[in-house]
Amino acid sequence: MRRLSLAALAATLALSASPAYAYKVFVSNEKGNDVTVLDSEKDFSVVDTFKVGQRPRGIAVSPDGTSLYVCTSDDDIIKEFDTETHAFVRTLPSGPDPELLVVSPSGDQLYAANEDDNLVTVIDLKSGARLAEIPVGVEPEGMGVSPDGQTIVNTSETTNMAHFIDRDSQQITANVLVDSRPRFAQYKKDGSEIWVSAEIGGTVSVIDAATKEIKHKISFEIPGIRSEAIQPVGIRVTDDGTKAYIALGPANRVAVVDTDTYEVADYLLVGQRVWQLAFSPDQKYLFTTNGLSNDVTIIDVASDRAVKSVQVGQQPWGVAVTPE
Amino acid sequence: MFDLDRLKGGLVPLVLAPLMISAATLGSAAQGTGESAAPAAGAAAPAAASPGQKKLETVRIGYLRTYERSLALSVLGIPPEDIGLAGANVAIKDNDTTGSFMGQKFLLDVVTLKPGDDVAPVVEKMLADGDHYIVTDLSAEDTLKAADLAKAKNAIILNAGAEDDRLRNDDCRYNVFHTAPSRSMLTDGLAQYLMWKQWRNWALVEGEHEDDRLFAEALKRSATKFGGKIVAEKVFEDAGGARATDSGQALVQRQIPVFLQDLPDHDVLLVADESEVFGTYIPWRTWIPRPVAGTAGLVPGSWHPASEQWGGAQIQNRFEDATGRRMESKDMQAWTAVRVIGEAASRTQSTDPEKIDAFIRGKDFTVAAFKGQRLTFRDWDWQLRQPVLLGTEDSVVTSSPQEGFLHQVSELDTLGYDRPESTCKFDN
Repeated sequence: MRRLSLAALAATLALSASPAYAYKVFVSNEKGNDVTVLDSEKDFSVVDTFKVGQRPRGIAVSPDGTSLYVCTSDDDIIKEFDTETHAFVRTLPSGPDPELLVVSPSGDQLYAANEDDNLVTVIDLKSGARLAEIPVGVEPEGMGVSPDGQTIVNTSETTNMAHFIDRDSQQITANVLVDSRPRFAQYKKDGSEIWVSAEIGGTVSVIDAATKEIKHKISFEIPGIRSEAIQPVGIRVTDDGTKAYIALGPANRVAVVDTDTYEVADYLLVGQRVWQLAFSPDQKYLFTTNGLSNDVTIIDVASDRAVKSVQVGQQPWGVAVTPE
Repeated sequence: MFDLDRLKGGLVPLVLAPLMISAATLGSAAQGTGESAAPAAGAAAPAAASPGQKKLETVRIGYLRTYERSLALSVLGIPPEDIGLAGANVAIKDNDTTGSFMGQKFLLDVVTLKPGDDVAPVVEKMLADGDHYIVTDLSAEDTLKAADLAKAKNAIILNAGAEDDRLRNDDCRYNVFHTAPSRSMLTDGLAQYLMWKQWRNWALVEGEHEDDRLFAEALKRSATKFGGKIVAEKVFEDAGGARATDSGQALVQRQIPVFLQDLPDHDVLLVADESEVFGTYIPWRTWIPRPVAGTAGLVPGSWHPASEQWGGAQIQNRFEDATGRRMESKDMQAWTAVRVIGEAASRTQSTDPEKIDAFIRGKDFTVAAFKGQRLTFRDWDWQLRQPVLLGTEDSVVTSSPQEGFLHQVSELDTLGYDRPESTCKFDN
């Protein structure tokens, strides 16, 4: 059974590797201090591994696909690399211990959470200068941005809130209390909802973008897994808005959620301590970083099956994919 | 009830998630502030960072402890003067940051006594001043005294210091919550690891003071619980005298092996010396080369100054910035106690003690304390479930519960007195 599906998968993967969809998958290895690069044209094999600095975690690619940004947490800076050559370009002033970052949809600004200072830092990507620091709750972590770029969402892990920040005024416009240790905030493509994971609370809150009210709270139950081990972290919602994928940390599974009913449709077994997720540009595949098994699982989005796993560096944490 | 009007005037428009009992009220209240949201967004006042401009509801928390600079076998072992208290102060700051979004402020009312001083007048004053919550770092006896005085006022004690199992069993109180782990939780955490290592045969050396005896008893109970074997037991008598002298090391190096030489063979030498009479002398001076654990060597605790896992680096940095030292177990216990109240105040969106108390006692209460999972209170003795870290002087070795120690409710309940064994009967 498993073999069959793998063979089928291999076929799919081979098919997908047409030049039109050539892209790279960048994985930050928290313990390895490097970034592993997978190439979609080479059956997602590892084509390069390059050193980036100490304890790389949050990672993102610019909307135009040219730049890779990596939070090197223990170096207290964000580093920029060329996605073509993997060469170091410059450092950006993030403030201490940057963990997660997000780039504005137009690619002009970068937002990073500084856990030690209770601040969100706004960086102008043209000049590389720090534009503003916005005070938020204790231990800011997750960063999301609305598709129109107008609203930035930050989650604070000890305050347990999602803070909504207006891009222009740089003021907080709303604070929404969610469950313990909110880790990640993800807008739906149509901008209607923000999904916020709570690692310790074990839930995902779906917040209505207009009213800032929690429309629904998703919880998870997996037979044989104790509830404390179900720790939602990374979230991705498909562009068509029909399915959401939620990484459940030490539960070693990714939950597939129907965005209409908010019901969990499936739990996909991946590697150990699954942390962050990213789609391929064509949304055919979802990549998961599995921190304890040191690999990336590739999930086929149409069938919701894990089709391949690729060994990367030590303790993979974040993942970012170049756009088409 | 939390007053939204207080937050108007160009300040943070709060949009509160309808989470709790008051969902309906808050839902409409949130819409009510919607109008002020737009102007506030453009206002010049820095929104979140200016709690001072708001009228805040204050939650008073008493902090009562006894402290006396004590000697230790090693000067490095002397507890700092602000032990515990420093954790409470950092938690107040954390609560206040969250409170700035909620219209809440937290005040710590601190009294430090000497061991042996009468705690009653202080507790009475705190209660009279309106401290509904009192975090204590006291002996078991004084904790009970404080609890019984607080009971008359329906006030709550959060025990961040006393590890005595009797406070969770025969002497439990309905108005006492424990963020300090019990001795049996600590020794169970240690025993699980030793069993996981398959180091099953233990020799036990204990001090002759009350606390040493209690720790030794907890170790023996853990041995029975997890299948370890205590092959021999020995008491180290406290002969008094100075802890350190100029030629002390040379003497200790000869005395300790001789004291231990008649023990039968064992895998691990366990030490029960909370009084710091001899324990620190044991590692590296045993008769046969064996690892040491207990109150010396591999030591169980609720926290470790080197713990950085599970986001721990953040609290450690915050703590070090505030105090200039690393965070110890007691600091974490006090931090957690104050955070329990802050967490309940933000979840209930209220500073009303009745609402906060009900929420803390309820089944939905959880608190995050950098232990990799949510922490909850056991409803049979109000003990906070928590992992136990095992560490040496300079690093964390492991955390328990260990893999494979299963439980039908929570693996954390493999540590300490579980519901069926508990002799606690609340008379609330």
